[in-house]
Amino acid sequence: MREIEVSAVTEAVSEMCIEINHVLSKDMKQVLKNACENEESELGRQILSQLEENLKIAEAEMIPICQDTGMAVIFMEIGQDVHLTGGNLEDAINEGVRKGYTEGYLRKSVVDDPLIRNNTKDNTPAVIHYSIVPGENVKITISPKGFGSENMSKVYMLKPADGEEGVKNAIISAVKDAGPNACPPMVVGVGIGGTFEKCALMAKHALTREAGTHSDIPYIKEMEEEVLDKINALGIGPAGLGGKNTALAVNIETYPTHIAGLPVAVNICCHVNRHISRVI
Amino acid sequence: MTRHMTVPMSREEKETLKNGDFVYLTGTIYTARDAAHKRMYESLQKGEDLPFDIKDQIIYYMGPSPAREGRVIGSAGPTTAGRMDKYTPTLLDLGLGGMIGKGKRTDEVLKAIERNKSVYFAAIGGAGALLAKAIVKSEVIAYDDLGTEAIRKLEVKDFPVIVVTDPSGVSLYNK
Repeated sequence: MREIEVSAVTEAVSEMCIEINHVLSKDMKQVLKNACENEESELGRQILSQLEENLKIAEAEMIPICQDTGMAVIFMEIGQDVHLTGGNLEDAINEGVRKGYTEGYLRKSVVDDPLIRNNTKDNTPAVIHYSIVPGENVKITISPKGFGSENMSKVYMLKPADGEEGVKNAIISAVKDAGPNACPPMVVGVGIGGTFEKCALMAKHALTREAGTHSDIPYIKEMEEEVLDKINALGIGPAGLGGKNTALAVNIETYPTHIAGLPVAVNICCHVNRHISRVI
Repeated sequence: MTRHMTVPMSREEKETLKNGDFVYLTGTIYTARDAAHKRMYESLQKGEDLPFDIKDQIIYYMGPSPAREGRVIGSAGPTTAGRMDKYTPTLLDLGLGGMIGKGKRTDEVLKAIERNKSVYFAAIGGAGALLAKAIVKSEVIAYDDLGTEAIRKLEVKDFPVIVVTDPSGVSLYNK
């Protein structure tokens, strides 16, 4: 049994929130660079090069990449041989978000109640997903999620008879509906299977996978490639103003499901697809 | 075509704009997003004055991240315009000159743009650091309690936007 002080979680969360809102991960920089090189629309190229310039300014001058520094979505993978000490873990995580968003000059975008809507002024609470895994480490993955793209996300409860074609059509139709609102070029996270909430959670988690990598399941890898090609043939393009780069990646996760169902969730993210992981 | 223009701009100047024009704006614009629009709309319903004279002015749908010491503003890119659609025709009919945001608008908004010979510009979504460099002054003028959603008066210099709905009311996104 390894003991970990929850204050170490607070520190890590705070640092990670600040870092990922200013410095995009290498995989995302790479797919954006590729897009800029292969874009055929002149306006599209102009927009993509401004996005690359934006990343440079953000990093060099410590200005957040996007003013929507997101609601902090945090995946906690906690080793079953870890004993967390020194306080309540959930409070420690939220303290990290509070510290990071305050000290890092990040925008406070969270309201305390979905209808009464008073800003909590420190970006808490985070949305936290816990899983217990083998081992004696704690892995923290943070993905601050902007809502321009979050608002365009969808869950479809398809029928088993809809099959692969139905799934592909659902993903493409969600992207089409998102259009310019989701700040294309987008990253598309997809969850197939499980239950209503499980597929949505997989779609969110799929966004944290390195852009440019593929599913280990051969037919899913093929689907990721095929759907990406079809999305990029839609012509929505950078900023929705035309071009061949509508999406930078399609990441799909799957899970066993019920004999009667085929749930599909499509979680759309903009080109500022922030994800960062750290192991304590 | 690429152009440099000052804001606020006259109706005649606006009528020279065409969808797809890349325009660098210099002058004064105002920020307002969801909560400020809701509050302005409720003021109008109660017969009260708006917190600033919107006549011929341009509203930028934007809520910045906080400014670091010595800086004018934090990250400052556009938010999705469609969420303001409920309120926009009323503001345009009262003389609002134009808007800067991103994404599609409803037919009601497009008709109100045509009716009032207004204009809707898009700034590049997710380019908040780059856009912040074109803002030279920022001052909260109303609804301070709304934090990032307060109404700000901004001075901009060569602020880059693209015309997505010119005064004819046709949207470039529907092309």
